[in-house]
Amino acid sequence: MKDIREDIAWAKINRDVLVSLENPRKLYWVIVFGALSLFSVGLGCEIYQYQVGMGVANLNNPNVWGLYIATFIFWIGMSHSGTLLSAILHLMHADWRKPIYRFAEAMTTFSLMTAGLFVMVHIGRLWQFYYALPYPNDRGTWPNFQSPLLWDAMAIFTYLSSSVLFLYVGMIPDLAICRDNLHKGWRKKLYTLLALGWEGTDRQWRNFRVTYLTIACFLIPLAVSVHSIVASDFAMSQQPGWHVTSFPPYFVAGALYSGCAAIITLFIILRYVFRFEDYMTKSILKKTVRLTFAIAMVWTYLNAVEFAAVWYGHDMDAKAVLIQKATGPFAPFWWGMVFCGSVVPLMLAFKRFQTNIPVLFAVSLLLNLGMWLERWMIVAPTFSHGYYPWVWDNDQWPSLIQWGMVMGSFGWFTLLFMVFCKVFPSVSMYEVKEMVYHRSLHLKKNETAGQGAH
Amino acid sequence: MSVSNLLENWSQFRHFHPVDDKPHDPYKWAMSIDIDACSGCNACSVACYAENNIPVVGKERFQHGQQMHWMRIERYWPDHDFDFPEQGAEFLPMMCQQCEAAPCETVCPVGATNHTADGLNSQIYNRCIGSRYCSANCPFKVRYFNWYDYPTDETVWPAEMNRQLNPDVSVRGKGVMEKCTFCVQRLRAAEVTAKGEGRIVREGEVQTACQQACPTSAISFGNLVDPESRVHKQWQAQQVEMNVDEQEKDKEPGGSHLRGYRILEELRPYPSVMYLERVRESAI
Repeated sequence: MKDIREDIAWAKINRDVLVSLENPRKLYWVIVFGALSLFSVGLGCEIYQYQVGMGVANLNNPNVWGLYIATFIFWIGMSHSGTLLSAILHLMHADWRKPIYRFAEAMTTFSLMTAGLFVMVHIGRLWQFYYALPYPNDRGTWPNFQSPLLWDAMAIFTYLSSSVLFLYVGMIPDLAICRDNLHKGWRKKLYTLLALGWEGTDRQWRNFRVTYLTIACFLIPLAVSVHSIVASDFAMSQQPGWHVTSFPPYFVAGALYSGCAAIITLFIILRYVFRFEDYMTKSILKKTVRLTFAIAMVWTYLNAVEFAAVWYGHDMDAKAVLIQKATGPFAPFWWGMVFCGSVVPLMLAFKRFQTNIPVLFAVSLLLNLGMWLERWMIVAPTFSHGYYPWVWDNDQWPSLIQWGMVMGSFGWFTLLFMVFCKVFPSVSMYEVKEMVYHRSLHLKKNETAGQGAH
Repeated sequence: MSVSNLLENWSQFRHFHPVDDKPHDPYKWAMSIDIDACSGCNACSVACYAENNIPVVGKERFQHGQQMHWMRIERYWPDHDFDFPEQGAEFLPMMCQQCEAAPCETVCPVGATNHTADGLNSQIYNRCIGSRYCSANCPFKVRYFNWYDYPTDETVWPAEMNRQLNPDVSVRGKGVMEKCTFCVQRLRAAEVTAKGEGRIVREGEVQTACQQACPTSAISFGNLVDPESRVHKQWQAQQVEMNVDEQEKDKEPGGSHLRGYRILEELRPYPSVMYLERVRESAI
């Protein structure tokens, strides 16, 4: 099975991708409409909560953090695979990434934007959020640089701005193609502006390559550090079930895992909606699936390490939290996490499922459900079974406002993502051409070698 | 300007507590609570509501766990068989422990909770953005969040009730964290008066609202640095020290004659509240 056909003409690549900017299947509009309605639900919930107070989320003392923080970690995690695909695989010269890295990167950017929203809806005084920013002021007051939450804010902002830059820089040659091929209108103006006068000269290409590579190298340690810092929110605290040394790598593995699962989901949707069957081939899907499987096993391993460390350790409070997770009111969700996160991915080990699109679609959604549950199971049980016995078993079911905003975030993300795919080429045209070119060169070389043998 | 301010104040802001190089002088406010004397009457809690303008959230919100009692009476039923089950629960008055190395202080993203020179864990309502990280990291769970905008809530403070608010204490709006302050408004008033007279606050000159209301005098409060204070004497008699994470009482194998202990001491928050163990077995 080939990653891509060698005989696709370059003009056809342009045509196929450009048509996605204008003429998607009807399903596209259905998805956009669905996303918009979900987002409106979330928006309504936020307006209500803003007016009335955080109490409507049905949080209390001790359950001061709820689905907002869990979903925040989920979206931050989701953002990591874009970087994995575009930066790490770029450095490793894995050229099968080329047709799918653009949308993965867009996913990174938009899931970060979604995560940012949760920081906002979580805080009690949204209108004062700028107190967390280190801006000079005549009162001489600064944020607390010792707080992991502040590191978080900075890490996310840095990661977001860098990944927007990375996404944009990688898109410049394609924007020039759009500029040259689309008829007049606001889009042409937009592409002309964004293409920065790209002409495809030798010098431009060389500068482009160096810039792209530099940002890629910068982005990799950044991506790892971002989720390590999110893990620090928990690992640096004192609470049982949270102050776990292995949290940073565990979070990073979980992040790559949910990100890869999301890439499979979006891969399947885009492939159908924008008729990208020639580019997003089953062979590439298979490689992504294998990667996901490997990461799933790493995550499972790190999970087991964490449980074992708690179980055999002498921290009785942490052990009590673990036991409560497995047997207490959260047990269905905790076991659901184990099932979706560690058992379901075993299906990906079978060759016959690795290219089976309906199965993969279902599996990828289940994996992400598992990863969302994982984040919830990190946040919530510690609150209902911490150090202090007075607050034990005080579990608080999140209100519909919280659920509404969680749903709304999926709408918001899908909306941003779908609009992006309609306005910008979601398959990298120039890199696919490169890929086709390299493959055909390779083919030719083999042919000549074959002829020479006669 | 403010950058130099930041650097200058940094070490002071994040000075490790408790400290030997910078002992509390002239004040270290501390408390001791005799559980043996506590009858669980809740007068302290009521006094605290009145003194500190704490909103009474109502039945429904209470059921959601959103009550604001800075001072709460916890009830524990011993799980072993005991002779007089009708004697009921054991009580534990619980409020902010004013930890010297407070877990809440380090995690606040905006530095809204800080340590004062007289050993209090302060909360700046105006600075708080409501991330609730302090509460998440508090081992005692004694921080209370304003889930609703209580000052504008007619069911919490009907118009005519505004006159019973304590003018010395700010009324908190929605979205900020609050907690026991050791009645800081009373402490400041007493400190200022004493300073004007060129002396330090004398023992008995200042009382917290809970202490004042306690019918059995279970709560004593005062300046731990002052050798004349009741708190100082109690801490000394019980050989409880501020700067350690294991007291004499716990070192003696097979029980001890000492009664003083601090809650969750092993986590090293160095609380400023000492409890005196219950010794009586009889009913109240």
